[in-house]
Amino acid sequence: MDLIVETTIFVLAAFVGFEVISKVPTTLHTPLMSQTNAIHGIVMVGGLIVIGLADDPLEKTIGVIAIAFGTINIVGGFMVTDRMLGMFARRPKPKADDEGDT
Amino acid sequence: MPLAVIEPGGDLATALYIVSFSLFIFGVRRGTHPTTARQGNLIAATGMAIAVGTTLLLDGIGNWGLLIAGLAIGTAVGVVASLRVQMTAMPQMVALYNGVGGGAVALISWSEFRHGLELGGEIPLDEMVPILLSTVIGSVSFWGSNIAFGKLQGLIPGQPIKVPGQQILNAVLLVGIIAACIVLGATNDDPSQGLFIAVLIAAALLGNLVVLPIGGADMPVVISLLNAFTGLAAAGAGFTLDNVALIVAGTLVGSSGTILTLEMATAMNRSVPNILFAGFGALPEAAAGSGEERPHRSISAQDAAISLSYADSVVIVPGYGMAVAQAQHAVKEMADELERRGVEVNYAIHPVAGRMPGHMNVLLAEADVPYEKLREMDEINPEMPRTDVAVVIGANDVTNPAAKDDPNSPIAGMPIIEVDEAQQVIVIKRSLSPGFAGIDNDLFYHEKTSMLFSDAKAAAQEIAAEVEEL
Repeated sequence: MDLIVETTIFVLAAFVGFEVISKVPTTLHTPLMSQTNAIHGIVMVGGLIVIGLADDPLEKTIGVIAIAFGTINIVGGFMVTDRMLGMFARRPKPKADDEGDT
Repeated sequence: MPLAVIEPGGDLATALYIVSFSLFIFGVRRGTHPTTARQGNLIAATGMAIAVGTTLLLDGIGNWGLLIAGLAIGTAVGVVASLRVQMTAMPQMVALYNGVGGGAVALISWSEFRHGLELGGEIPLDEMVPILLSTVIGSVSFWGSNIAFGKLQGLIPGQPIKVPGQQILNAVLLVGIIAACIVLGATNDDPSQGLFIAVLIAAALLGNLVVLPIGGADMPVVISLLNAFTGLAAAGAGFTLDNVALIVAGTLVGSSGTILTLEMATAMNRSVPNILFAGFGALPEAAAGSGEERPHRSISAQDAAISLSYADSVVIVPGYGMAVAQAQHAVKEMADELERRGVEVNYAIHPVAGRMPGHMNVLLAEADVPYEKLREMDEINPEMPRTDVAVVIGANDVTNPAAKDDPNSPIAGMPIIEVDEAQQVIVIKRSLSPGFAGIDNDLFYHEKTSMLFSDAKAAAQEIAAEVEEL
């Protein structure tokens, strides 16, 4: 892909990121951080690609470690976020007239 | 391999990656409300599954045995760790996950570098630059996060660890890394792997040295900054691999980490460089523990229970001490007892209370406190004068009135929860020792303040029991 195209995507994504993230309330900042943390685990995809090119023991080792690290990042990150958000979701309704204001 | 059906860089692969990153953005967007956030997380996880699935089907994916081994090890560790971690330990868990992500980026970049050498030695600049950026940032993030983990977990002392000449050493390392990267870029027709490894190691050293002198209470800022770093490193890897999903996802994380970092720095009234380089806790040594005994009033759990049950409104101000004592459930029980007697109980959450942004919210959510009761600082401060009793549990510097009264205080100008405006203040704390900033808290000696010297959990349980008996 063209470097200019990629840079355009990068810049636009940065603006989208700022827009979306700044709407998240403080209450949810820990799960937000944990979720975005899981999202950057997507580098694992890079590990999957490079291990296919690996042909000496060092590169193979690097590849396996990179995939394992990335997978920990993804699996652990999403699961722990789910645990946290489950606690926010399971709140008992204290009063009937309790409106869920945003 | 028979699985390989999708052409790398082809339209189908690109389309699937676009679906994947759209789900990331949508998932984060659903995270703006507690009731939809869990669904949002699942949506983002689905996006991840699509990205990984697509990649596994790409033509050219190989070494399946090793690949599956890596996936299996990572899944096992991730599942076990995320099921076993306690909510109070969430900051170090996030630090650790962030670290492995950074480590993965650095290793992938190294692998790409080696692959570029094998292909004939020349690595084009539009690949070399992102490779170097990802290597440096990923390595700093990995080691920095591990140190943050060590400090939060108590494996390394939480106090700032200072080495003489540290700033100079950091500067030398940084300049060295930049110089080496320029040399690698200039010799991109036949770059030296030795120099590349030197960059990797220097960045590792830098990650260690930058985080070691930062005290535990500043960790929320460090973790979100490193989170942003890892995101940007992932975006860099996306440039090298021509992968849109990596670019967008990494940038999204970079934005998120940057916003959180800036918000917290604002909440401390300090600049990010000040937090990173000032070694804050070591600053006011003279002021800390000057030894002189100032008059204060102490109170028993029984008396505290009486004050609280005859109040109309109570505001609880939690801090890291509540997390350390695992007191969130006991605090909720205490609040329940008070509410049963008709007392209105709210929680005032300072933006930097705890060890990561929103740390207190997660702990109180674990204890089933409805999120409407968790009030932000700016929202609750105007209500403080109408509050009968403010209960400070394990919080210190974020309630210190010196921040607004004493222009010479190291924390002068930091926004605080104005508990001194409340009619009465009860501080639950084990001793009068100063907080992280190393300064005495004038609040403890305030005429309105009563000190309840106890462990946060024990105190909350005792008060709850006393209120029940009244």
